[in-house]
Amino acid sequence: MVRQLNQMQDWARETRIIHGRIVVLALMMLVIMAGLLYRYFVLQVLQNDQYRAQSDRNRIAVRTVAPTRGVIVDRNGSLLAINQPSFTLAVTPERADDLAQTLTTLRELLDLSDQDIALFLDTRKRRRAMSPVPIKYRLSDEDRALIAVNKHRLSGVSVASELTRFYPEGDLVGHALGYVGRIGIDDVDDTKKDEYRGITHIGKVGLEAYYEDVLKGGVGVSRVETNARGVELDVIDRIEPIAGSELSLHLDLGLQRTVAQAMGDMRGAVVAIDPSNGGILAAFSNPRYDPNKFVNGISFDDYAALRDSRDSPLLNRVIQGQYPPASTIKPMLGLQGLNRNVISIDTRIADPGWYSLPGDPRRYRDWILRLRGTGHADDMNLRESIAQSCDVFFYDLAHRLGIDALAESLDEFGIGSLTGVDLPSEKRGILPSSEWKKRVIGSNWYGGETLIVGIGQGYTLATPLQLAVATSALATRGTAYKPKLVASVAGTALPPEPLLDVTAPADYWSEVVAGMVDTVFSPRGTAAGMRTGITYSVAGKTGTAQVVGIAQDATYDEDILSEYQREHGWFVGFAPAENPEIVLAVLTENTGGGSTAYPVARAMLDYWMKQNEQ
Amino acid sequence: MSNDFSRNAHVSSRELGSRTRILHALHIDLWLMLPLIALSVSGLFVLYSASGQSDTMLMTQIRNLGVAFFVLLVTAQLKVATLKGVSPYIFSITVVLLIGVAFFGVGAKGAQRWLDLGFIRFQPSEVMKVAMPLAVAWWLSKKALSPARRELLIAFLMVSLPSLLILGQPDLGTSLLVAISGLSVIFMAGIQWRYILSMLFLTGLSIWPAWLFVLKDYQKQRVLTLFNPESDRLGAGWNIIQSKTAIGSGGWEGLGWTQGSQAQLDFLPEGHTDFIIAVLAEEFGFRGVALLFLLYVLILVRGLIISWRAQSSFARLLAGALIATFFFGLIVNLGMVSGLLPVVGVPLPMVSWGGTAMVSMMIAFGMLMAISTEHSVTQAMR
Repeated sequence: MVRQLNQMQDWARETRIIHGRIVVLALMMLVIMAGLLYRYFVLQVLQNDQYRAQSDRNRIAVRTVAPTRGVIVDRNGSLLAINQPSFTLAVTPERADDLAQTLTTLRELLDLSDQDIALFLDTRKRRRAMSPVPIKYRLSDEDRALIAVNKHRLSGVSVASELTRFYPEGDLVGHALGYVGRIGIDDVDDTKKDEYRGITHIGKVGLEAYYEDVLKGGVGVSRVETNARGVELDVIDRIEPIAGSELSLHLDLGLQRTVAQAMGDMRGAVVAIDPSNGGILAAFSNPRYDPNKFVNGISFDDYAALRDSRDSPLLNRVIQGQYPPASTIKPMLGLQGLNRNVISIDTRIADPGWYSLPGDPRRYRDWILRLRGTGHADDMNLRESIAQSCDVFFYDLAHRLGIDALAESLDEFGIGSLTGVDLPSEKRGILPSSEWKKRVIGSNWYGGETLIVGIGQGYTLATPLQLAVATSALATRGTAYKPKLVASVAGTALPPEPLLDVTAPADYWSEVVAGMVDTVFSPRGTAAGMRTGITYSVAGKTGTAQVVGIAQDATYDEDILSEYQREHGWFVGFAPAENPEIVLAVLTENTGGGSTAYPVARAMLDYWMKQNEQ
Repeated sequence: MSNDFSRNAHVSSRELGSRTRILHALHIDLWLMLPLIALSVSGLFVLYSASGQSDTMLMTQIRNLGVAFFVLLVTAQLKVATLKGVSPYIFSITVVLLIGVAFFGVGAKGAQRWLDLGFIRFQPSEVMKVAMPLAVAWWLSKKALSPARRELLIAFLMVSLPSLLILGQPDLGTSLLVAISGLSVIFMAGIQWRYILSMLFLTGLSIWPAWLFVLKDYQKQRVLTLFNPESDRLGAGWNIIQSKTAIGSGGWEGLGWTQGSQAQLDFLPEGHTDFIIAVLAEEFGFRGVALLFLLYVLILVRGLIISWRAQSSFARLLAGALIATFFFGLIVNLGMVSGLLPVVGVPLPMVSWGGTAMVSMMIAFGMLMAISTEHSVTQAMR
């Protein structure tokens, strides 16, 4: 009985305890459930507007639609720069479960360098949230297959198809075209950021850079409904992109090929101009590089090789190579000598093979002295001096002009001034004068230096393009146009712009041109080797540019000079001699002289004259 | 003795309606069963939408539910005395299995939760959700309530060992639920308030060392993100921001079934599992949420009533603990999805996609029904 009673007492007590706790539990549940319900009420009803807007922002993405970059074609419509569909591998860091793991896996599968990864991480910092960051361009079919098969291991990885720049001719026109590259931090300033939204590449060098604004086109915008992975589901509205303008060049691809073939392995630069409008028919610099390598980021090693090469393949020698113009300026000086009445057509100068200033024992040697031990002849007139490149005649002419008139004379032919060609980073060369020397070097001008300038040596430097433009003023008897690679933009022809205007009596021009024709066609002409089998008339001038100064008493010995100290060869000229259609300037580096330059000119002229007959 | 009770029940419950009689025969508690069914069915609609209208996922979930309700019915047939009798054994075996997991377990994503016995792979931690309240209720009901200090000490050991093992897997969500299922028995058994208060105090004190030494980086990240989701809006904050956006954009009426842009356009992560209420909130609005709350409240109330009326202290402790555990899982989910609690992997009971958690939950409801119908029968006898 007692035990039973105890049990009943226990039961009652336990019931009281547990019921008490159930009440506490029930109250807790009531309070917490009510609190949670209120939380949902706040979010859903009180803050509904705010979250609705947030949801719309999520849902609707503003997509930029990149325009197609303008293509570049040569004068006959051959494609020089086009846009090719290619596949780009991108990673959206927010989508990756483990970014480091994804990158490791990608490196196992594909050929990715440290530099690719570094570039990716760098790009990542600068793009908009949730957008894919490119990591490898131009995926091969094999790459794409590998990615597809390993998709499950590659969270956040996507493959997009896009148009990439491609230069079908590779390195042939590389220097002139330049290249586009991925937009870097400093490429676009803040004011232009919107214009480049959605555009991945920008012209960095060459025509691509110079005509960036017309090639680029206008970015389109579309508002799209997307899911959280950024996949477009529906287009809400759209402003179409405006394609970039097509550039049509004066350049003739066939002529360019001819140049490349004729130059072979020789370093140097070749440029051909249409004298009637300044259009550049060929522009060639050797050694070359393939601009395609730069489009999607050149590897560090490749770039270092190009940058550090002693042969400077990145240099566009046509506009950036500065060389002593040497004897190529003799026709211009001859004309200016006549013009300024310091000589006449009949003036003859005694030529012992050297020249010296009155009261100065120093002998200024003619180049012929070292070959023959004497001068070109007993005495020389202007026409003969041009044809045979007589230094003594031009020492005398330079002395008669004096440095300032000499500098003025060359300045009228554009030496030392930018040509204003439609390429970035043109060099202006050096046209020395007494004023220049005082300003730059800080000392007075010596009479002997005038003589050296008179044969295009010394301080004087010019680019091949400058000499071509100057020569085109000789070809047209006075007028040269601003050189241009581009003939028309989106079908609209660019008008020729006069650049040089040299006035002289007709018989002066004829005399100088006659001297240049003799250069090729007279037996003693310095380019006489060029005339064999020629079917058209040519006016030309050779030049031999010294790279190292020769001391007064030393003799020039090719054998002891290293390759890079040997003289450069020049040939400038035009054809036909009357009514010229083409002007050209050829420079061959460290080849010892002009005899390596005129065969290139001959090959070009053969091609051009034959083509124009048809 | 209980066998006699049920046999007699058939004979002597003639005055009860025939429908009630059948339910009693099947050990079904109608007021618990109805909201469970309503919840499951509405859950299927939400899941269909959340899964991107996947028929296969819908069919799988229906099958899961079928299995779960079958398990519920089977469990409901067990006698409370049987439950009490087997509880120490189930508990001990499960602890051994958990230790086994720690040494021989298999898993994915850095967590080791599964035990591969060759013929079957399963998660002992899920079993522990049921084994824990059974065992603690068994232990504490052996002596008179409220428990003495020695009983309490052992009960706390029984709670902490499995919880720590599960925490180490690591599985913070399940570990919490298992601990709660044991602690709520201790609470129901009438542990003195001063113990409760001093424990809360100690817990408060231990937050700092726990932060330094116990929580993994990703767990800390979740807590930090809770306070400032915008600090990492594309990383850890993404889930919270997107789910709040989904809930908030639902408004009163919702955007309509399968019309929620957050859910349908994949902005909402884990929309078919842990975050499924955000889908419901977006598509059915506050009205839908309120209705869902109502169903849960019905279940909670019924659970408390069952506990209140149960015929033994063991049954009362067990029923109270089961419903408290259910409640805890529910509020953790509701709280984390609405940005009030850190994101721990706790599903929304009866609605979220997934089979294992649902089965262990249905075993719990089966036990509640076993307790409830035993009590009805006894009452009918009187």
